Amino acid sequence: MTPATARARRVAAAGGHTAILVFFITFLAFPFYWMVITTFKTTQDLHDTANNPYLFNDPPTLEHLRLLFTETQFLQWLVNTGLVGIVVVVITLLLAIPAGYALARMAGPWAQTLGIGIFLTYLVPPTILFIPFSRIIASLGLQDSLWSLVLVYPSFTVPFCTWLLMGFYKAIPRDLEDAALIDGLSRLGAFLKVVMPISLAGILTVVIFAFTLVTQEFVYGLTFITSLRSYTVSVGVPTFLVRGDVYFWGSMMAACLIASVPIAIIYNFFVDRFVAGFTVGAVK
Amino acid sequence: MSAVAEARSGFAARLADNERWLWRVMLAPAILYIILLVGFPFVLSLYYSLSDATVASRELHFIGLANFRRVMGDATFWLSLRNTLVITIISQFFVIVFANILAAALMGGFRGKWFVRLLILLPWVAPISLGAIGWLWIYDSIYSVINWTGQALGILGPNTWPIWLGDPTLARASIIILNVWRLVPLATVIILAGLSSISQDIHDAAAVDGAGFWRHHFQITAPLILPITLVAVLFGIIFTFTDMIVVFVLTRGGPYDSTQVLASWAYFTGIQGGDLAGGAAISLFLFPVLVAVAVLFLVIARRTEVT
Repeated sequence: MTPATARARRVAAAGGHTAILVFFITFLAFPFYWMVITTFKTTQDLHDTANNPYLFNDPPTLEHLRLLFTETQFLQWLVNTGLVGIVVVVITLLLAIPAGYALARMAGPWAQTLGIGIFLTYLVPPTILFIPFSRIIASLGLQDSLWSLVLVYPSFTVPFCTWLLMGFYKAIPRDLEDAALIDGLSRLGAFLKVVMPISLAGILTVVIFAFTLVTQEFVYGLTFITSLRSYTVSVGVPTFLVRGDVYFWGSMMAACLIASVPIAIIYNFFVDRFVAGFTVGAVK
Repeated sequence: MSAVAEARSGFAARLADNERWLWRVMLAPAILYIILLVGFPFVLSLYYSLSDATVASRELHFIGLANFRRVMGDATFWLSLRNTLVITIISQFFVIVFANILAAALMGGFRGKWFVRLLILLPWVAPISLGAIGWLWIYDSIYSVINWTGQALGILGPNTWPIWLGDPTLARASIIILNVWRLVPLATVIILAGLSSISQDIHDAAAVDGAGFWRHHFQITAPLILPITLVAVLFGIIFTFTDMIVVFVLTRGGPYDSTQVLASWAYFTGIQGGDLAGGAAISLFLFPVLVAVAVLFLVIARRTEVT
């Protein structure tokens, strides 16, 4: 191969690489780019079919954001989502940390079977359980209350988070605990005083993951909650920013951006750890 | 210290050191929660499907398989089942092809990789109901940016203006596109993890043996990442097959129930229609696929344990 053809090949490969990335970034990120554009355009500009939709034919406006925060319950929905998220994260940690640790340290084939069994319950979808839940929630008197979500959401955060934490704890060498036992700590003491401090990164991952699952949930929120004030963001925006046939596109797009981009940035820091959990140990 | 307190602290101390009991106590709360909030509602769902439960009814009566006969006598049910299968199969095909290409492109280091990964992850991390709202605007019957761009580039004729969500076939295609969009990120990062786990020695050996690009990819890389690709497919199947959010936000099952899927049809029957028994019966048709996926997971888990 002459140097010239080698260089031509390298350039072609780099060009192909860039073309692939450009195609996928356009496909995957375009809706969010479009949300940004729509958020800052005047309604008149959005509704004039003669205009080029990519350009600001009128000067950018903050009107849609004003409407979103002052004339809708959006802020309340954000607060609701945050509150439910925090309580669910706490419940998830209280249940999943001990369970994950026990599964990681238990001896025998039972531990593996039990771990996979718990993981598989994550696969039972809300769309099978929401019908019986609608009656359970009603008989508990929790309909239209955020407590219904607090009660039900751990049913999908706990299985996956237990699985994730089991993986983290397995990666911590047993020698550390054995040394602590020799130093006179109990088995439980070794877990609390030696293992917990060094597993903080894993716990933080679980916090982010559980919180993300809560913000994404839709089916239970739609089924249990009926009043405007009690919605979470993921249900409130698609349900109540449409009045009759009028879509408040600018405000809806602003709401979507505000509710999704910050979490995505945080998630991006932790994504490799989630993947390790998702792959069921198929990567070694 | 009283004798009772002494006995109790002695018990606590023994428990803190007795591994067998300690593990049981640590596991019990999580398992109990899962049994009460996954196991119990699931059994209840089975029971509802065999009863005459409605939103208003106080007592339930066992009526055997009548609900299943009833929902299976309804043409919309069969259409929902077909839509669910078609949407899942087609979208997963594209997800796997796209994710393999994208993961390969993301393998090397390049500038701005962190930001590129953020952009690529957005559809997966954003709440799907909000992502679907973004697409609802893109598919809008009057202001669709796809149509405008198509006309501006001359791909669409001046009088062609597809109504994406108003035509049954286009609406199904729109739903498939949204599912692909949402699941490519997850499949990509999973396959990327598989690619990064292949040792460089293998690639070097293949290069020394003179394997070309295609040969290298299909005969060396692809078989090595097959198990993990399967994991990505299984998650994709679960998330697409059981989803009702995409259909609910984009079309509400319309036009004329032509885009209903099992999950959305269960919702409209059971919750909006108040026919809990019928809704439960419909949603239970999701279960066989879940069992199949679970079995495949177990096979993968066992295989990786052995090797």
